[in-house]
Formats: sequence, structure tokens, C-alpha cells
Amino acid sequence: MKLVLSLILLCAAALGAPATHAQEAKLRLKDGAARDKVMVNCSVCHSIDYVAMNSPFLDRAGWEGSVNKMIKVFGAPIAAEDVPAIVSYLAENYGRKPETAGKK
Amino acid sequence: MDVLRRRLLQSSVVGVGAEIGSALAGLPAHAQQKIVSTQDIGLPPLPEGAAEQQTLEALNGKVPLIRRTVRPPNYETPVQYLDEVFTPARAFFVRYHLANIPEVEARNWRLQVGGEGAANTADYSLDDLKRSFEVVEVAAVCQCSGNRRGLFQPHVPGVQWGVGAMGNARWRGVRLRDVLNKAGLKKEAIEVSFAGADGAPLEATPKFVKSIPTWKAIDPDTLIAFEMNGEVLPHWNGYPARIVVPGWTGTYWMKHVTTIRALVAPESNFWMKAAYRIPIGRFPAVDRFVSQETELNTPITGNVVNSLITNVRSGQQWTRGKPVEVRGIAWDDGRGIAAVDVSIDGGMTWARAKLGADEGRYSARRFTATVRPMAARATAVVVARATNRAGTTQVFDTIANPAGYHNNAMQRITVRLA
Repeated sequence: MKLVLSLILLCAAALGAPATHAQEAKLRLKDGAARDKVMVNCSVCHSIDYVAMNSPFLDRAGWEGSVNKMIKVFGAPIAAEDVPAIVSYLAENYGRKPETAGKK
Repeated sequence: MDVLRRRLLQSSVVGVGAEIGSALAGLPAHAQQKIVSTQDIGLPPLPEGAAEQQTLEALNGKVPLIRRTVRPPNYETPVQYLDEVFTPARAFFVRYHLANIPEVEARNWRLQVGGEGAANTADYSLDDLKRSFEVVEVAAVCQCSGNRRGLFQPHVPGVQWGVGAMGNARWRGVRLRDVLNKAGLKKEAIEVSFAGADGAPLEATPKFVKSIPTWKAIDPDTLIAFEMNGEVLPHWNGYPARIVVPGWTGTYWMKHVTTIRALVAPESNFWMKAAYRIPIGRFPAVDRFVSQETELNTPITGNVVNSLITNVRSGQQWTRGKPVEVRGIAWDDGRGIAAVDVSIDGGMTWARAKLGADEGRYSARRFTATVRPMAARATAVVVARATNRAGTTQVFDTIANPAGYHNNAMQRITVRLA
């Protein structure tokens, strides 16, 4: 998995803006089940700072909507069987916190 | 002042350019070396995740800007640079949707002009463009539709911009109208579309193509620009040429433009039909885009009237009875700024600010008001409210819309009185 990830990041880096490679390599996602799946799939098109930037205010349905938009609108080749794990990871690690739900 | 100067010069090491010294004079020293939070300028907080990860970082050819995302690059102009009426090109915000951004070389660049709504096709080099058409200049605000999106409550997904996804510049180029006329614009041409050299990593991702109504395309102020503020366009702002649509939000200002097409039917891709839309009727003061309207929504068009107080920070101290300057910039969609009023009691009473030089109706306008806090209260709440020549003003609370556009809520900056 690590190798696949590196390869994808390398490809992305080769296509992307040269000045920002080093910065992108420093970005981290929180530990958690499916973290690597999120990394591999999301990094094809964008750096993973998009995830933390949009947190923590989306609920599970909100993250599900975002993931589906990536697949249906932007053509992200995410395997259907990976979607529930990716959505769960995002909702659990970057989702609206239960204690603040409804307050905002 | 000497201390302030020294700190400024030192601060250039960590990234804040010394050339903005005049813009920073008078600000507390701490405000010059860190990111000014949105709460510092009297606005709601960004989402926690966005606030935690934001950092100052310089792209090639740029001063350090507030990084929102690395790839595609989205970098915001720090508020200090918006204190002057024109935003330096090196401090101008950077916004991309798609991650493959080629370093276009001017000698290889070509602009294709055509489409069913044009009688002819044409193909220009940069030199051809400059030789074939009159070169003109317009001062205009370029503002991302989602500027201040991060301040909506509740938050909405997207790039979580603070106040700096905007800038004001003098754009120099040729009139789009002249290029279209040369191509023989047909009377049935309903929209004009633009495509740029940047693209997505995936073939399946919709190409970023945007269109504007023909009436806006033939407006003499709509340009194919190759310079800003007298300098060649920075790579990150569309080198070697970009579209400039004065008054309208940045989404139409196609960077690295390569293709211009006159259309006889409305452009129907994702970026026009689904993205960049506002609920119909909710922002009635801006231009309509009739060929794209549905019963539910319509494309975003012009900037709503707005202002930014640049020199006051939450929690700073003012002395009762002592005059103090409140200043900033105001802008709209080209109706033009008629007045800016400043309040130091949260909007109960207002004083008219003095407007700076008129650089043209699409330009930002500087304002300064000298206020003298007299109240016995412990705090003053500083608010600015811009009004344009159509009589529309800013709002106290944001007007909700799904994508978080058109945030022109007034700042409420609480300062201490002593």
C-alpha cells in the first residue's frame, strides 16, 4: 500500500505544480481505519489538506455527498466497495463533533 | 516607529515583504508577523480545521500568502496588502480548480478564436494580439465568488476563504470585443466561452470552461489581458494572458486562456450548469445572466457591494477623545462606490468616510474616516458600510446560499477604550 501511495503521489507530483511538491509531502491525515484508502484515492486529484480545511462541520451525509460528487461529477475512480470505509473515516475523523451538532 | 521599521525589516526574513511597510505602519507589531485571523478583523471564525492548517508560504514569484490548499494551489492575500487601493501582483491571490497547471511559454502560446457564433476562426500569438488591436487598461477588482466563504455560519464546503480571495489591479490588454468583431460575431451569438491551458489529472473531470453573455463579452472594458499593474502577468495569475471581466466574480476571468468561442446555444458543462450558481431572486441587485437562468438558480455574476476595514484589529486600544483613523477599501460590480459610512457604536450612528481617488468604476475605492471615541463604555464596535451608486449596501448578516457566495456582511471590530 505504501508503494502504491508513493507511486500515486509521484505521478501527481510529476503532473502538478513543481514548487509545491515538498509542501504536499508534509501533509498528514489523522490515523484511522481506511486512512490509506483516503490518501490514495483523494490524492489523485488534490492534496489532502482539502479534507482538514473542510472540518469539522460536515456530518456523515455531508461527507458522503462530497465523496459522491468526486465520483459522479469529477470522475474519481473510487471503487464502489471502498466508498463506505472512506465516508466512515472522513465522518469519524473530520466530521461534525456530536457534542457541537446542532449548535452552529 | 524605528522599532516598527526594524521589526518590519526583520519580518521580511520570515516572509512578510518589506515593501508593504507603508501599508503596515501603525499596526501593532504582532499583526505583521502572523496571519491576521478573521476574528481579529471583526468577522466570524473559519472552520477549526482551516484555521489550524493555514500557513504563510511563498509560491515561485510570490510573497508569502495564506495557504489554503497545496494542490491545486489556493493561496489567499493577507489583509495587510489590501490596505492599498492596488494589490501588488506578487501578493495577488491564487485560485485553481484543477491541478495540472503548465508553465506556458509566451513564444509557444496561441489563442484560438472561433465557435458557431463567429463567421471566421482566428489564431493569434501574443505579439499578433498586441499588434492587431488597440491596447487598453482598466482598473478592476478580481474577487473569487467564494471570497469569505469560510465565514458563513453554518459553514459550507469548498475552499474556506477568509477575506483575501480578492485583489484590485490595473489590467492591460486588448478588448475582447475587438477580437470578436474581427472574427465576425454573428447576431445569433448568445454567449462567449473561454478555456485555459490548465486541466485535471483525470480525463473524466469536466474541462474548466466558462461563458459570459454576449452583451458582457462586447463590453469595451472586458479584456484579454497580459499585464497587471504594469508588469507581465505572474504565472499564478494567468500568464501569458487571461480574460478580465470587470465587475464580475473571478470565475469568469479565465487564466492562461487558449480558446475563445462564440456560442449560439448556452454552454452546458458542469462549471456553468451546476457550479457557481445562486438561488434565483436572492441577490436582486446584480446583473442577470438570462440564457443560463433556471426556475431555481442562476449563475453568479457581479460582485455585491462590499468593504474591508484594513487597519483596525479586535482588542486594540483607543484613547477616549483622541482622533483615530479607520480606513480600508470598498468595491462593487461597477455601479461604483457612492459612499462609505463608518460607525464606532456597532451601527447606531454613522459618519461619512472620505473616499480616495476614483480609479474607475470597477476599481476598489479607498476610504478613510477620522473618528473620535467619546463614549463612557469600555469598548467601541467599529463597522464600515459601503453603498454603491445604485443605492445598494452591505448586510449585517450573510444571505444564505448553498455554495457560500456573495458574503458582504459588515465587520464588527471590538476595540477597547481607555
